[in-house]
Amino acid sequence: MDVALAKTPLYEWHVERNARVVDFAGWAMPVQYGSIVEEHRATRIAAGLLDISHMGRLRFDGSDAEAFLDRLLTRRVVGLAPSLVRYSLMTNEKGGILDDVLVYHMRSAGGESFYLLVVNASNREKIVSWIDAQRRDDEEIGFRDETREAAMLAVQGPNALATVEEALGLSIEPMKYYTAAVSEIGGQSAIVSRTGYTGEDGCELIVPADTAVSIANRLLSAGESCGLQPVGLGARDTLRLEAGMPLYGHELSEAINPYEAGLGFAVQLKDRAFVGSAALANQKTNEDLRERVGLQLDGKRVPRENYPVVLRDEIVGTVTSGTFSPTLERPIAMAYLRRDVAAVGTEVAVDIRGRPEPARVVKLPFYSRPAN
Amino acid sequence: MNPEELLYAETHEWVHITEEGGAKTATVGISAFAVEQLTDLVYMELPEVGKQVAAGGEFGEVESVKAVSPLYSPVGGEIIAVNSDLADKLETLGEDPYEVGWIIKLRVTDDSSLAKLLDHPAYQKQCAEEG
Repeated sequence: MDVALAKTPLYEWHVERNARVVDFAGWAMPVQYGSIVEEHRATRIAAGLLDISHMGRLRFDGSDAEAFLDRLLTRRVVGLAPSLVRYSLMTNEKGGILDDVLVYHMRSAGGESFYLLVVNASNREKIVSWIDAQRRDDEEIGFRDETREAAMLAVQGPNALATVEEALGLSIEPMKYYTAAVSEIGGQSAIVSRTGYTGEDGCELIVPADTAVSIANRLLSAGESCGLQPVGLGARDTLRLEAGMPLYGHELSEAINPYEAGLGFAVQLKDRAFVGSAALANQKTNEDLRERVGLQLDGKRVPRENYPVVLRDEIVGTVTSGTFSPTLERPIAMAYLRRDVAAVGTEVAVDIRGRPEPARVVKLPFYSRPAN
Repeated sequence: MNPEELLYAETHEWVHITEEGGAKTATVGISAFAVEQLTDLVYMELPEVGKQVAAGGEFGEVESVKAVSPLYSPVGGEIIAVNSDLADKLETLGEDPYEVGWIIKLRVTDDSSLAKLLDHPAYQKQCAEEG
């Protein structure tokens, strides 16, 4: 393992649990503790505990923070009520996606407004530079990259909220989905949000780095009886794929615009301007765009990233992520297809190492959690 | 089959050679270490009996949730038997990769590659470095 890799506050905790550790965006991260399928299923039927401390956490305050973020994000930040969390994109002047992010509007214990931007680990340095370049001298903005000061844990699954409440004495059930609160865990300030990247109900906790191990242990012992397991990035990937959620570097890049990615809901063009808004206004009605779709296969061979999608000997698209779905027990993939062949139900094929395997365009997500 | 008496390719296949009346037969499988590293096997693509395969040539593939890995033949020859029970019972590879979990048998026509294969201690050392 490369000595230069960044370690999360839970690195030793992972190693003690026999995690297989890999380089993910420069971080030494657990890809799995045992079986990816078991970790995946534990999250779907009970609960999973994930270390997501590698995600970038950028904090903004000051009187111009709201207007500044509004200028950088595809979704309106002006008027975002305190405690709300929104999924948004950051685009360049051409409307290409720089990153997909969560923006939190928070109130500190002292009642002061601040914003938190949670960005992909793989994009953190790029986004920090982008923010520095976009700031104007006359704007009053406090900006700090707090990634290394904190740990971030996700607890996901049907038993997640009850486990967190029992282990940490927090009240999360009354929180609405996509809200966040500044809270206290063991006498220390923490941010709790009802968010996640697995398709399950659950929450994410941002806690001081030096409290991470004790919090993880409390969650693990409180959750043991209900089937909670530590879950690595391997299962995080299969979980998000089943949930139809895009991943930057696969479904999202600067060469892809939000409409192609099916993320038009996160672009608000009306009565506002942001970096990329002029370009996106033109692209919104462009008929030449590709479309992000789900593919389902009946065979056993698994489509992987960059495999061509073919229809009548013609390449009509490309796979961006693929796996064997533990829930559906069949291969699934996300792909970009030419719009004229992207309708649900279209029969195509994926060229899997030289052999076409029949595939069908299906509605995303592949999996939705049962309604409560 | 005793794993200590097998020969191993760097690509984690094992081979066991038997000789009868001057004809050599090779049994090929993958090591316990390989199975453990792959985890979550979902599919194995097996060749047909009668197929010729070169030493170091690909004879199939094993697919896990995470990735696909080609299977390489440690020796050259004609495939004379395929363990077709494996396809529906991939867990066999985890339980007994050296006996019930054999993958193919070959009539050996080229065993010049044998000298390049690793014995058990050398293979153990490679696994320790990779794991």
